[in-house]
Amino acid sequence: MSIAITRLSTAGFGLRWLWITPLVLVAALIAGTAIGETPIPVETILKVLANQLLGADYAVNRIDAGIIWNYRLSRAVVAACCGTSLALAGVVLQALLRNPLADPYLMGISAGASTGAVAVAVAGLGAGALSLSLGAFVGALLAFGIVVMLAHAANSGVGGGRGVQAAGAIILAGIAGSQLFNALTAFIITKSASAEQARGIMFWLMGNLSGVRWADVTLAVPAALFGLLVCLWHRRSLDAFTFGADSAASMGIAVRPVRGMLIIAMALVTAVMVSIVGAIGFVGLVIPHAMRFIVGSRHTRLVPATALAGAVFLIGSDILSRVLVPGQVLPIGVITSLIGAPAFALILVRGKRS
Amino acid sequence: MRLSAEQLAWSVHGTPLLIDVNLAVEPGHTFGLVGPNGSGKTSLLRLLAGLNKPKSGRVLMGSQPMHTLKQRAIAQSIALVEQQADTTDRITVHQVVSLGRTPFLSALRPWSAKDDAIVAQALIDVDMAHMADRLWHTLSGGERQRVHIARALAQQPNILLLDEPTNHLDIRHQLSILELVRQLPITVIISLHDLNQAMECDRIGVMDGGRLIDSGHPHDVLTPNRLKQTFGVYTHVIDDPVDGKQIMRFRSAV
Repeated sequence: MSIAITRLSTAGFGLRWLWITPLVLVAALIAGTAIGETPIPVETILKVLANQLLGADYAVNRIDAGIIWNYRLSRAVVAACCGTSLALAGVVLQALLRNPLADPYLMGISAGASTGAVAVAVAGLGAGALSLSLGAFVGALLAFGIVVMLAHAANSGVGGGRGVQAAGAIILAGIAGSQLFNALTAFIITKSASAEQARGIMFWLMGNLSGVRWADVTLAVPAALFGLLVCLWHRRSLDAFTFGADSAASMGIAVRPVRGMLIIAMALVTAVMVSIVGAIGFVGLVIPHAMRFIVGSRHTRLVPATALAGAVFLIGSDILSRVLVPGQVLPIGVITSLIGAPAFALILVRGKRS
Repeated sequence: MRLSAEQLAWSVHGTPLLIDVNLAVEPGHTFGLVGPNGSGKTSLLRLLAGLNKPKSGRVLMGSQPMHTLKQRAIAQSIALVEQQADTTDRITVHQVVSLGRTPFLSALRPWSAKDDAIVAQALIDVDMAHMADRLWHTLSGGERQRVHIARALAQQPNILLLDEPTNHLDIRHQLSILELVRQLPITVIISLHDLNQAMECDRIGVMDGGRLIDSGHPHDVLTPNRLKQTFGVYTHVIDDPVDGKQIMRFRSAV
C-alpha cells in the first residue's frame, strides 16, 4: 500500500514539474537577455518584448531595444534550442547504444557536421543556412556511419559484440572519427579558405553564438521542437532499450526502423545546431547524466527534464562566456568543455567503480 | 497457444547454427530443451522469439506464420527471458517489470491502473514484491533472474521462452522458478542444463550440433544410450526411496 502511495505522489510530482517548465525557460531567456556587458533591467526587457510581440508602445532607449531584440534575445533563444537538441541527442545515443559516454560530440557526429558545413561554406556548394545545414547533416550521418561501422568491426574482432564490450569500442571509434573529420575540416580550410574566412571558421568551430540573428531562430526552434517531439513520442521505445536491443525486440520494438529513425533524427537536429553555432562539446554528456541523477532514467521524465536543463545550461554558459573575461567574448564551447571535461572524468571513474 | 517450427535453419557468417529443426509444442505444455554447450538452444529460442529471421523454414504461432506479424504483435503473445541481460541504468525492480507492458502501450495509449495491477501480480508471482523499490544494481544474480521473469510475465504472454533461467540461482530459487513455470497455464519452452530438472517437463527436446535430434516424453528421450551419445556421459538411474521417483546420476567413465 505504501508503495502505491509513493508512486502516486511521484506521478503528481512529475506533472507539477512539467507545469513549471515553461516558466523556468522564460526566466532563463530573460536572464540571458538581461545579463551582459551592459546590464539591462528586466523591466526594459519586458517593455521591448511587449512592443515587439504585442504591438505595445512603451518608450525605451533605442540602443537598449536594439541590444535586446536584435542581439541578446535571438542569441538566448538559439542557445536554448541548441542546448535542448544536443542534450536530447545525448539521451538518445546513450539509450540506444547502451553507453554512458555516448554523446554527439565524443562520437564524432559534431565533427562530421562541422566538416560538412565547412565544405559547403568554403567550397560554396550553394548559399544560405539551409544548404549549410544540409551539408552538416550529410557530414553528421557520414561520421556516425563510419564510427558505428568501425565500432562494429572492432567488436566482432574481439567476439561477443553485444552489451558492455561495445561501450569502449564505440568511444575509441568516435575518437578516430573525430580526428579524421577534424583533419578533413582543417584540410578544406587550409586548401580553399582565405585567411579572413579561415579565422572566422576557426572561431565558429569552437562553438560560437556571436553571429546569431533572427533568421537562425526560425531554423533552430523548429529543429529543437522536432527533436523533442521525436524523443517524447518514442519515450517508451527508449525505455525498452534498457537491457539492450534484443530485449527491446522481445518487448515488441521494431529495433532497426526505430533505432535508425531516432539516430537520423538526432543527427539532423545536431547538424542544424552545428551549422548555426559550431560544435559545442559535452552538453549531450553532462546534462542527461545530471538529469538521470535527479529525475531517474525513465524517459517519460528524463526527456522533458533534459530538454529543459539543456536549454538552461546553454543559456547560462552563454552568459558566462560573455561576462567571464571583460571586453572579450569567449567561444561558448570553451565554457561547456571546461564544465564538461571534469564531468566526463567523473562519469568515467564512477562507471569503472560500478 | 501452440508454437511450432518447420524446417528451421539459421547460420552466422556461413557457419550453420541450426539445421532443419522441426518442433511442435502443444498449448499449455512445458517443453524442456537440453543439449551440450553450443548445440543451438539459444539460437533456436531466439528464432522462436522472433529476434532473428530464419534463413529458411518458418515459425508458426498457432496457425499464424511469425514472419507475417509485426514485432509488437509477436511480443503481445511471446515473451523471452534471455540468459544474460544487464543494464548500468539506475532503475528499480518495479520499473524493470513495468517494461514488460511495452508491447501494449504507445505514445497515445498511456499507463493505466490495469497495467499497475499486472505488474504487481507479476512481482508476487516471482516472490519479489517486497523488493519492488530496490535498485537493479543492488540485486544478486538470482534476484535479477527472477525480476526478468516477472518482466516477461508482465507481458501476459501465451508463450514464454526461457533461456537457462536457473543459471545463477540457488537451489531453493531454482526449484521455485521451475515450479512456477510448470504451473503457468501457458505454453513454455525452457532450456535447461540440469537433466533431472528437465525430466519434470511435459516434453523434452535434445539439441546437438544445431539439430533437434530427438523429442518426446522425458522418459523416452533421456535414455542412458542417448546421454552417452549426446553428452558423452554414463548414466545410472536410481530410485528415490522417499517418493519412488527416478534420479539420474552421471559419470564421465564407467
